[in-house]
Amino acid sequence: MAKTVQDYLRPQFMPHIWCPGCGHGITLNAMLRAIAKLDLDKDKVCVVSGIGCASRLPGYVDFNTLHTTHGRAIAFATGIKLAKPELTVIVVTGDGDGAAIGGNHLIHAARRNIGLTVVMFNNAIYGMTSGQYSPMTPSGKTATTAPYGNIERDFDICKLVQAAGANYVARATVAQPRQLSTYIERAITTKGFAFVEAQCMCPTYYGRRNKLGGPVEMLDMLRKNTVTMQAAAKLSPEELRGKIITGELHKAEDPEYCELYDDLIRRAQEEVAGK
Amino acid sequence: MAIKCDTRARLLQGNESCCEAAILAGVRFFAGYPITPSSEVAEVLAQRLPQVGGKFIQMEDEIGSMAAVVGASLTGAKAMTATSGPGFSLKQENLGFAAFIEAPCVVVNVQRTGPSTGLPTSPGQGDLMQARWGTHGDHPVVALYPSSVSEAFELTVKAVNISEMLRTPVILLMDEVVGHMREPVIVPCADDIEVVNRPRPTVKPEDYLPYDAEPDGVPPMADFGTGYRWHTTGLYHDVTGFPTSMPAKVDFLIRRLMAKVEKRRKDITFTSHRYMDDATVAVVACGIVARSARRAVQMAREKGIKAGFFQPLTIWPFPMEQVADIAGRVRKIIVPEMNMGQLVEEVQRAAAGKCEVVGYSRVDGEPIAPDEIFALLEEV
Repeated sequence: MAKTVQDYLRPQFMPHIWCPGCGHGITLNAMLRAIAKLDLDKDKVCVVSGIGCASRLPGYVDFNTLHTTHGRAIAFATGIKLAKPELTVIVVTGDGDGAAIGGNHLIHAARRNIGLTVVMFNNAIYGMTSGQYSPMTPSGKTATTAPYGNIERDFDICKLVQAAGANYVARATVAQPRQLSTYIERAITTKGFAFVEAQCMCPTYYGRRNKLGGPVEMLDMLRKNTVTMQAAAKLSPEELRGKIITGELHKAEDPEYCELYDDLIRRAQEEVAGK
Repeated sequence: MAIKCDTRARLLQGNESCCEAAILAGVRFFAGYPITPSSEVAEVLAQRLPQVGGKFIQMEDEIGSMAAVVGASLTGAKAMTATSGPGFSLKQENLGFAAFIEAPCVVVNVQRTGPSTGLPTSPGQGDLMQARWGTHGDHPVVALYPSSVSEAFELTVKAVNISEMLRTPVILLMDEVVGHMREPVIVPCADDIEVVNRPRPTVKPEDYLPYDAEPDGVPPMADFGTGYRWHTTGLYHDVTGFPTSMPAKVDFLIRRLMAKVEKRRKDITFTSHRYMDDATVAVVACGIVARSARRAVQMAREKGIKAGFFQPLTIWPFPMEQVADIAGRVRKIIVPEMNMGQLVEEVQRAAAGKCEVVGYSRVDGEPIAPDEIFALLEEV
């Protein structure tokens, strides 16, 4: 029988801690739909997170789950994957956890092209600490630590991960849950480092302070601001300002790190045997 | 692949001897970041681990290498990292995480003179207290401290075994001098080494509670990927592994973590002593200073001074009972160390006023020579 989202949840821990109207539940759903479609063996899946709202996800899913320290999920996951490459290792991280404090691990995991799937829940704010600006908070928006408006620039995390060497990079918003689920599915089946940015809304700390309305209005805004990469190719930088470019932004087939390591072991052992 | 067994004496660095010991004790994963004077540990393991089917990775930083070690440990691998003072500082958060989620692992800290970048790379013993209190919050700590290349070998094996037995990180504190000097060491055959493996669950996966243990117990640990799907977190957790903030469960967990080490204190306390039977003055020293202390005590004996020598090889938990016993039998304890006085305070705490305890600090990046300690003994 085909698996459903429910087959992978730990229902005893519901309700979850996320605020009403939070977008994280949609990404959780998209992720579990992808896993269900791939019919993955729960025993062979490992979900790793750091600290923050999104990072509370592992507690709710019935896999081998690890809730670690702030920013370090990818580094923990690297240890898991390299020690046991047969596991499907999925990292869930937020924009603060993954793009600020954990940014260096993200860059280097992509550079190694190690076979992890990283899903970044980007709500453009530090939610768990109640609304400080993150590296993904757009310029001009306010946050508790940007009361006069954010003078920093947000960065294009997908471009960063692509430049660092990932084999798969995609972006969707929670306003396109099916697309998001498809991208996560392809990320999981990618050999090598795969990254999916899931843009979503935080009505509690980002939306309210910036007067963006409630969850429905914010979801609508995500939809309206979305431009597919195909459409974006025909638009000028001015026309693309403030837009969210979605799609499978990058695909490559470079060698995966753990496979290269297995080959290294073979060479090292041959060298010893030949002595 | 079988490990070659050659029991002829080999001339090894402390750092190299630590690697050979780790491999024989079953370490199959190393993540690290280059830092002098520990880099040889990474270099040797980068070469040796793949030969035995193990994995080595040079991470992007010290924090990441500590994290990767814990990740590997959760899959069942015996895992290790190595660093020096500045890197040891960076590892502290994830070291506390490892202690809290009870992930066995070994952290080698080949100390150099601090603080900060300090004197790269002169010896110093300034990380004694960082090893004990470096990470935030209460947490159990086991730290071993060799004074020679052969002790580095023996204590590395013990470090791996204790980490597995107690499901806790074990710190191997080395002095730069010990890490870098070469001495003959006999690497035993694999069969002649006692290897301890972590307790693993014997119940069916559906009955497994990952943190279910007696108030001073070590819970069985399932490897990720073997059918026992469990959750672990740096939040306070109950026997199920899931977060809790219930005061009784919070209290139970932290007390159990401390008690599991305390209960086995006797099994993990290693010390060395000489001339203590009739000593009226004792020198307590660790690491490379213990070598000079031993020599100084011998020189004093030749002059008819009733001096004795005591070396804690287990520095944490501190051998309180043994030092208290010495304090009850001598008039004075001298504590030479290469810092501004870290060991001496612990000795004073153990002596509890039963005898005079004086420190001697050398903090210029040079090791303490036997003559310096001998001069202190002559003054008594």
